[in-house]
Amino acid sequence: MDVARNFTYLAFGLIVAWAILVAYVLLLVSREKKIRSEMQNLKRMIEDKERK
Amino acid sequence: MRTRVLTIIGVLAGLILVRNLYVMLINLPDEQFQGAVFRIIFFHVPAVFTAFTCYFSALVASILYLFKKNLRYDSFAVAATEVGLAFGAINLITGMIWGKIIWGIAWTWDWRLTSTLICWLLYAGYLVLRRAIEEPTERARLASVVSILNFAVVPFVFFSIKWFRTQHPQPVLWGGGSMDPSYRWMLYGNWVPLLMIAVILVAVRMRQEEQQRELEGFRRMAHAF
Repeated sequence: MDVARNFTYLAFGLIVAWAILVAYVLLLVSREKKIRSEMQNLKRMIEDKERK
Repeated sequence: MRTRVLTIIGVLAGLILVRNLYVMLINLPDEQFQGAVFRIIFFHVPAVFTAFTCYFSALVASILYLFKKNLRYDSFAVAATEVGLAFGAINLITGMIWGKIIWGIAWTWDWRLTSTLICWLLYAGYLVLRRAIEEPTERARLASVVSILNFAVVPFVFFSIKWFRTQHPQPVLWGGGSMDPSYRWMLYGNWVPLLMIAVILVAVRMRQEEQQRELEGFRRMAHAF
């Protein structure tokens, strides 16, 4: 078996495993930011309407 | 308090993973026939164990939701399912990379691979279904039923290599299979940190689901004015 090719595929496997986890964490972070900003906007909007 | 516990779990998982990577790459010998690439097993199998644990947790939470009608169970179910899908994707893709070098093909429509893909697609369908229903209790009720039905595929995925002739290898951890104890220890030893990471991700995703529900409440309030 080609040893270099074998190591290359092992590296691919490990990189892909971590890349999927990192991508999911980034998705969670972006979702968190979106929720927070929307929450602030809505709270501000409700406060404005209550004042009027 | 909750954040501190999650941070401690995260640090511990990181330390165990660094130690495991060192042992698996430096100390463990290459497998006799497959060489270095065999080490993919230490992520491929624990990833699917983690995914199955998540799907099982979602099943339990869905049953609890149907009995208790508490939306926190629904939040847990969606969080566990989403994290399970991430680990399921790791299992599928690392398997394809491994298959490409050992079998010469990345994919074949055998019972194990096909049922794993179908299982992944069914759980992805659960998330799509949730997006299609706006009313929270109706969404939670239908999603719980779908989650319970989806889990029926999991035992089939697990036992498919025993029940059918497959391109995928026969079981090595159970059902008469064998594996060198040092490999076996590493395999289970790497499942622990992956489970710890899954716990953190589920906790974060669950909190987001609850915030999302709060947000929907605010939206309705804003429209009511």
